[in-house]
Amino acid sequence: MKETLDAYQYWPYEGRPKIDWPGGARVAFWVAPNIEYYEIDPPANPHRKAWPHPHPSVPGYGIRDYGNRVGHQRQMALLDKYGVRGSVSLSVALCEHHPDIIAMCRERNWEFFSHGIYNTRYTYGLSEAQEREMIRDGIESIHRHTGQACAGYLAPALSHSEHTLDLFAEVGQELFGEDAGIYTCDLFHDDQPTPIRLRSGLRFLSVPYSLEMNDTIVFAVNKVEPRHYLTMLKRHFDRLYAEGAESGTVMCIPTHSYQVSCPHRIKAFEEALEYITGHGDVWIATGREIARHYLDNHFDTASQDIAARAGG
Amino acid sequence: MALDDSYLRYPKRRHGYDHDRYGWSMLADRPAIRWPDGKSLAVWINLSLQFYPLNQRGIPFKVPNGMTMPYPDLRHYSLRDYGNRVGIYRVLKALERYSVRPTFAVNAQLAQQTLYLMARLRDQDGEFLCHGWNMDHLHYGGQDRAEEADIVQRSLETLRELSGQPIRGWLSPARSQSWNTLDLLAENGFAYCCDWVNDDLPYPLSTERGRLTAMPLSSEIEDQFVMSQNLHSEDSWVAQVKDAFDYLLEESANQGGRLFALSLHPWLVGQPHRIACLEEVLEYVSGRDGVWQAPAGEILDAFLAQTGESG
Repeated sequence: MKETLDAYQYWPYEGRPKIDWPGGARVAFWVAPNIEYYEIDPPANPHRKAWPHPHPSVPGYGIRDYGNRVGHQRQMALLDKYGVRGSVSLSVALCEHHPDIIAMCRERNWEFFSHGIYNTRYTYGLSEAQEREMIRDGIESIHRHTGQACAGYLAPALSHSEHTLDLFAEVGQELFGEDAGIYTCDLFHDDQPTPIRLRSGLRFLSVPYSLEMNDTIVFAVNKVEPRHYLTMLKRHFDRLYAEGAESGTVMCIPTHSYQVSCPHRIKAFEEALEYITGHGDVWIATGREIARHYLDNHFDTASQDIAARAGG
Repeated sequence: MALDDSYLRYPKRRHGYDHDRYGWSMLADRPAIRWPDGKSLAVWINLSLQFYPLNQRGIPFKVPNGMTMPYPDLRHYSLRDYGNRVGIYRVLKALERYSVRPTFAVNAQLAQQTLYLMARLRDQDGEFLCHGWNMDHLHYGGQDRAEEADIVQRSLETLRELSGQPIRGWLSPARSQSWNTLDLLAENGFAYCCDWVNDDLPYPLSTERGRLTAMPLSSEIEDQFVMSQNLHSEDSWVAQVKDAFDYLLEESANQGGRLFALSLHPWLVGQPHRIACLEEVLEYVSGRDGVWQAPAGEILDAFLAQTGESG
């Protein structure tokens, strides 16, 4: 085990090269609907329990299934209304279980990125070869079912190894060149994209996802009241929008339809979308579009600045 | 030592679900249904009447809201008992004030202990459903089938006798089930089960002994989930219930009938500082166009009559 994560270097928020988003936008705004499948009877992983009680864990399984049976269509209707194309964090087994959900995302030209096979199969305890196989399965499944090269990765249930980012970039870029394996959602160290250092030297970056704005963290972990979530989202946006006048920032709302699409929560989410998309200088984007723009315009400059300022 | 390669094999990676209890179907894709008199939103007000034993075994887990202190945990035992002595009578007044026809989910052992209360509830023009034996007799994966079969049968027979009703519905304590629970319910003649919270309409469940219907009793706006688990304020609970009601009422008008299920616990919402919040909620949901308020079994029957399926 390592004391520090060596995926990125210390790089202070102030004094960085300016990020210019398309159209002079201040904030790149993206919504990442997690479309997940939790198994009712997953195999045991010695490092983490999938369910708190003996299987079948009916309450936990049931509410997640609510997201798939009921919630996604509600969220799709809202994202359509506010002109947002989702960037789907996908349990790829859902392509087999519920292909009609995948079809609805494809009709909307949404992006798919890998979130593992199931959200009940963790990275913990896998050998490097096994993790490589799981990551390859994710990328190949997305290509087979959607035709897309998988640009991003959010490890299943945010379970990682020391090699997760290396492996995703290596497998993705081996299969599809720089159309796949280019960004990670697993790091929460910044409000702007940042270059990530890999053992392979491949070009790869972190696109800010957000744990703080993630509805499951907000509602299920931090127990926030639904209408306060709206306040949090507005404050988060207001500050990133203000700071984005100097250099572009990123705001992501990671969602789960079993949380935000519940009848008592969806109104607050809609008001947040209305508020954010009602601002002029917002680039409504997908994860891939943000990563691509950054790679093409800012990655090399940023890497040089990081090298020049190494050690602070 | 890495995990066995079987960890990366997925025998149930297939169309539909990784189990055979019900079929894959998205709510918005189903034919629109209408409730009686052309109403679009069925409102089910559920009161759970519970007995939390003082000598809690906690097998296989300690139930939420149960005993947490070293034995004897007088504070939690008596605070839950408060619901059956005091809170319920306050709640009944509120229900009467807004002409609510309630559904009572009763632990069978509590029915044995509170004959006066049972007589009072029988006068309410409502429905009883079986909420298992008590809050420390859980149904769980790995449980001995004969033991579970005995609990189901004993609970049903006890409540049937003390309620004077046939008893068609089941709510597991803590909504916890074994792999056999649904089969045992069908075997005992139950028509519906409320444990699964994956829909805003009833839907068919399959069992070894034929059909059962899922009646989703929402846990997300349940009083104990919002105020006791999430520790939200009473005012926030009212706002959440109203928001959920408004959303489902609008969706039901646009897309087809929906079920609004509100689960309540007299030990919580029957407290003096919370009862006005319940009254506010009941006033809000009872005075609206498009609403049909009924006990769970009547909602089930209206659903089955329309979908052409037998209960």
